[in-house]
Amino acid sequence: MSSSPPAPASTVPGSPATSRTAPAEAASAGKGASETNSVTIDSAATSGPQSSGSGSGAGPALVVDGLTVTFDGASRRGGNRQVHAVRDVSFTLERGECLAIVGESGSGKSVTARTLVGLTGRGATVRARALSFGGQDLIGLREGAWRQVRGRRIGLVLQDALVSLDPLRTAGAEIAEPLRTHRTVDRAHRYERVLRLLADVGVPEPARRAAQYPHQLSGGLRQRALIASALAAEPELLIADEPTTALDVTVQAQVLDLLRQLTVDGMSVLLISHDLAVVAGLADRVVVMYGGLVVEQGPTRSVLAHPRHPYTRALLAAVPALHPRGARLSVAAAGRPGHPRGCPYAARCARGDDRCRTELPAMPRAGSATDADAPGAVVPGAVVPGAVDLDVPGAFEHQARCWHPEPADGPPAAPAVVPAQAGPATATPLDTTPADTTPANTTPADTTPPDATPLDATPAATPTQAAPLIEADGLHKRYRSPDGTWRTVVRDVSLTLGSGEVLGVVGESGSGKTTVARIVLGMVEPDAGSVRLAGEPWSGLPERTRRGRRPGIQAIHQDPLGSFDPRFTTERIIGEAVAAAGVGRARERRDRVVELLDQVGLDAGLLRRRPLELSGGQRQRVAIARALAPRPRVLVCDEPVSALDVSVQAQILDLLGDLRRDLGVAMLFISHDLGVIRHVSDRMIVMRDGAVVEAGEVDQVFDHPRADYTRALLAAVPRPVPR
Amino acid sequence: MTTIDVAVDVAASAGHRTAIRARRPPRLGLALSVLVVVVLALAVAAPGLFTSRPATGTDPLAALRGPSGAHWFGTDQLGRDVFSRVVHGARRSMWIGLTATTLGVVGGAVLGLAAALGGRVADAVLMRVADVLLALPPLLLALLAMTVLGNGAMNLALAVAISNVPGYARVVRSEALVVRRSGYVEAAVGLGLRRRLLVGRHILPNTLGPLLVVATVGFGTTMIAVSGLSFLGFGTEPPTPEWGLMLSEGRNYLSTAWWAGVFPGAAITVTVIAVNVVGRFAQARYSRRSHR
Amino acid sequence: MTSTSTTALPRPLPPGPGTGAEPAARRGLTGRTVALAVARRAGSALAVLLGAATTAFAALQLLPGDPVAIILGPSTMASAQVRDQIRHDLGLGDPVVVQYLHYLGRLLHGDLGWSYQLQQPVSALIGDQLMPTVQLALAAIVVAVVLAVLSAVMTAGRHPALRAVASFWELVSVSTPPFWLGILLLTVLSFKIHAFPVAGAQGFGALVLPALTLGLPVAGILGQVLREGLEAALEQPFVTTARARGLSQTGIRARHALRHAAAGLVTLSGWLAGTLLGGAVLVEKVFARPGIGALTLQAVSSRDMPVVMGVVMLSALVFVAISTAVDLLYLVIDPRLRTD
Repeated sequence: MSSSPPAPASTVPGSPATSRTAPAEAASAGKGASETNSVTIDSAATSGPQSSGSGSGAGPALVVDGLTVTFDGASRRGGNRQVHAVRDVSFTLERGECLAIVGESGSGKSVTARTLVGLTGRGATVRARALSFGGQDLIGLREGAWRQVRGRRIGLVLQDALVSLDPLRTAGAEIAEPLRTHRTVDRAHRYERVLRLLADVGVPEPARRAAQYPHQLSGGLRQRALIASALAAEPELLIADEPTTALDVTVQAQVLDLLRQLTVDGMSVLLISHDLAVVAGLADRVVVMYGGLVVEQGPTRSVLAHPRHPYTRALLAAVPALHPRGARLSVAAAGRPGHPRGCPYAARCARGDDRCRTELPAMPRAGSATDADAPGAVVPGAVVPGAVDLDVPGAFEHQARCWHPEPADGPPAAPAVVPAQAGPATATPLDTTPADTTPANTTPADTTPPDATPLDATPAATPTQAAPLIEADGLHKRYRSPDGTWRTVVRDVSLTLGSGEVLGVVGESGSGKTTVARIVLGMVEPDAGSVRLAGEPWSGLPERTRRGRRPGIQAIHQDPLGSFDPRFTTERIIGEAVAAAGVGRARERRDRVVELLDQVGLDAGLLRRRPLELSGGQRQRVAIARALAPRPRVLVCDEPVSALDVSVQAQILDLLGDLRRDLGVAMLFISHDLGVIRHVSDRMIVMRDGAVVEAGEVDQVFDHPRADYTRALLAAVPRPVPR
Repeated sequence: MTTIDVAVDVAASAGHRTAIRARRPPRLGLALSVLVVVVLALAVAAPGLFTSRPATGTDPLAALRGPSGAHWFGTDQLGRDVFSRVVHGARRSMWIGLTATTLGVVGGAVLGLAAALGGRVADAVLMRVADVLLALPPLLLALLAMTVLGNGAMNLALAVAISNVPGYARVVRSEALVVRRSGYVEAAVGLGLRRRLLVGRHILPNTLGPLLVVATVGFGTTMIAVSGLSFLGFGTEPPTPEWGLMLSEGRNYLSTAWWAGVFPGAAITVTVIAVNVVGRFAQARYSRRSHR
Repeated sequence: MTSTSTTALPRPLPPGPGTGAEPAARRGLTGRTVALAVARRAGSALAVLLGAATTAFAALQLLPGDPVAIILGPSTMASAQVRDQIRHDLGLGDPVVVQYLHYLGRLLHGDLGWSYQLQQPVSALIGDQLMPTVQLALAAIVVAVVLAVLSAVMTAGRHPALRAVASFWELVSVSTPPFWLGILLLTVLSFKIHAFPVAGAQGFGALVLPALTLGLPVAGILGQVLREGLEAALEQPFVTTARARGLSQTGIRARHALRHAAAGLVTLSGWLAGTLLGGAVLVEKVFARPGIGALTLQAVSSRDMPVVMGVVMLSALVFVAISTAVDLLYLVIDPRLRTD
């Protein structure tokens, strides 16, 4: 850090400055320093008026060097179990830059974000070689000094505004809170300022919206209000932790546009996301985290186009939208667990060797790119040409923390990293034969993306002229709201599902797709219309008649945990389904359970586990095994991968693809994710507000959408293609 | 009564899921509480282990003596040893408390399950009745029942049980409805399981498990209700030792002989605390085992 | 912070006009919303009252023995003629349905009947005894709420040791029978150090011990619910958001968490009313105070059924009034429940 003399406390903190400059918090921060003696006001960087784009002060806005966060997990048995949530994380963020941290759950990305505003949580120990923002050292700040940073210098936006805004207070009151707390605007002008903030984030009718409560706002408006509240006291940096994850795709696109506009206006943004596609269109640079470590970082375009760490490659491979339909998404988990001091990814890495398992590769520190002995180190010359024209100053080489990184000039990660407009057009399935399907066949040396194995190449899987398995005709369903009015959730929905076919149902929240699934399953009776199963009546029957035919149609839900009796072990959960299918003898039953577990790729060692002791992916596999137990002809999959990390999602999608090919089971596949739908389905329907707005072959719908809504939906899907 | 109602009300309140989360009590407190429960069980089974004095033998010459080496808890107005009466009183007090809790839980379980599984009409009728009974203070309901039933220990237990039934019924009904609408029951329906199996294998075990835990804590509050009615003069007839009754008798000598009233009351309080601690422990364990 | 009161009751409305957006925010709770809520409530309130009346009447019918014998007392010399006269006056000869309808009709006119024992209208008896009990209950509520809010705000989400102390005190207070607590307080504070009068209902001093006795166990439960509610609220994402705005811990408690926790507290009001009425029976006995509790006890002991039935109707009425008020309070606290 440069050590310029302390800035004179000249700016008046309470002045109603409204331009997007950074009125220094010098006065109040100075006060904090005198209270606590632990804050160092280091440079004048904070006080100068900040132009958009690169900063005027010396050095980057945010410097994180060697950040390590440990949680004292006071475990249940009293023993002290330390959890290393974040390990030796280093990165910098320039003024006006957007940096994204990408990782799956447990990668430490959210902990990192919260540490930057001093909200790491109870029992956390934070250590760092350097942690500073705009010249202010953040290490060892006391609570009082942190409060001067939070909201005022760094704003935080969390995932779901429905729970991240206080539901008992109006949006206006929430937005006014930072103004009141930091006294940036005097009381008389607060309301005016709230309205302006709302208008700035693109909320129409600000006065009306300010008076409304979060539950009265739509998801998009709510998220905008949350962003407005984070921006209210004019912070220099906005940290957005999964800001669009809970949103529908069209709303997500709007919020991403807003964030993009902020960066254009000169705001520094730290974006935390699990979704490479979201990051691609927004971030200048990407930091990929796994197991608390930064495994790869570099300019967005370079990282996405030429990922060097096997984990990043796996992440990209797992995005369905990037691959031909039917291609395998998951990378073989060929690795073996290693030593805690080894590379955490060695357990899943196809390239993992003994050194990976015992020794952690180093990551060269930012700015010291020429560290000689760092393997997998910076290759300055290897920076992808595209990275050069990024108008970001500083040495932001593309680096990976790996013993066996992909060479910088290696093949691109995904075939579909192409201009965004051409994205859907590449969706034609490759016409190859399903030769290698088992993951084990992927050799460690195989660096090409996972084999493309089209599902519909199998003759049995193509829809035939036989009578459809499911014929739904003119379904209607309405429910009574708590206030006594009727709400129609399904209107005039008809669909057919042929034998061995996969019909995708796509729609945003509230489109009625789940209700359609429940009607087809025979769990809800339609108010009008009928469902026929295998040519015979299915809806409207008494349960007694229906019971015997239920094994033929099984369900897989988004939340497998809720579908398991909490008292049951895996063996009993699947065993119950096996018994229901008529396998009576205990021994046969057990054999069949083991067979089913094997079919879904689970070890028989899990038989005694209870649902709570399984991971998310394992739970979904158990749910699939149970659904397969009665040898159904139809599987109704309701958002089966939505709650899963993208790499686990890839495995489950691959598993469902295998099962479909091997067993010829037909699927009604419901998802909000267009990429997933395109990947798995033969035909699809698009639903909105309870009605079908478009239906057809998947390729036809994606390439030549007829309905406006479908077009809007497709346009809103973010693509993992750098801007 | 109280704790259950609180839990139910809070859990049922619309939009506010701030149900009391069971927190595991500290280890030492749990050990002490288990010890108290064991001692209580022994006192009920074999009072002779703790005292060799009879509970009813009067000695007018030794009336209202303070605590001493000979009489740890002093003597009452008839010269009876308070300690030995507290020990012997455990049997009657615990018996009434246990009976009242059991009857209340069983009655509540039957009615609650009938409401949840018996169809719309049964549900509407039973829950309207429960609503009315829950509108009345439990103690008043018990007093009303005592008016009709008349005095006596068994009637006392019955009256307190009746006053508890609506609360338990509501707990059981809401629990059963949650289970009935759960994903795992739907999964079982989807497998084509018969109704009998659904109820027997999934709904009953998952409904009654939590109820037993709730009943443990409920036992403590039932003890307070029972001893309260006893204190008011309903229930046990005088020579028989019973904690609430002893407290009531001792109340008349407070100015001169505090021990006659204080020690029986302490016995009630210690019992209820111990039962509550054990109950909360069970609750914390249960909720950790089966819920997220 | 403009208004950082930690000891006051949870404020129902958003804090003052400090935020410019407030004036418009008040529109959320209109007269129409309130009227709708009351109307919706009226039906179930009537049902509860009718149910209570029916319960009381059923108890009367189930009462073993001859009411006339109860009225005349055990040592009566009354002739058969007198008995028949009483029976006729009370309509005891009529079919049960007719008696029931008569009873409901009298209730509609506010006539609760005549006491068997005291030979006075039940409504007059209740009216005479109402004030001391109301005083006692109100004082107990003050004790309970003040203690509960204090202990919850001071301990929720703070140091584990502090929380342990709080939960121990809550455990002890809910586990202590109120009548025994009263006896302890009497023993120590009245007989040993003569700080308070032993019995009676005269003056403020006579109210202190009964109010403590009635209020302490309630404070334990209220404190526990409030503390758990506060801790649950403090774990919500919106608290993280608020902290990320630079709000202090105290500010978060006052502006955000307390209102969420108060909702749980309001839910308890119905239960609170019942507990106070039931507790009054015991506390009035311990402290030899006059009041509804003492009247009830006397009536139950002498099987003075009309008085018992009158008390049942009174407590149902109190319950209905309180739960209507609670529903309105909910609307004030939680905008999500306002539907119109």
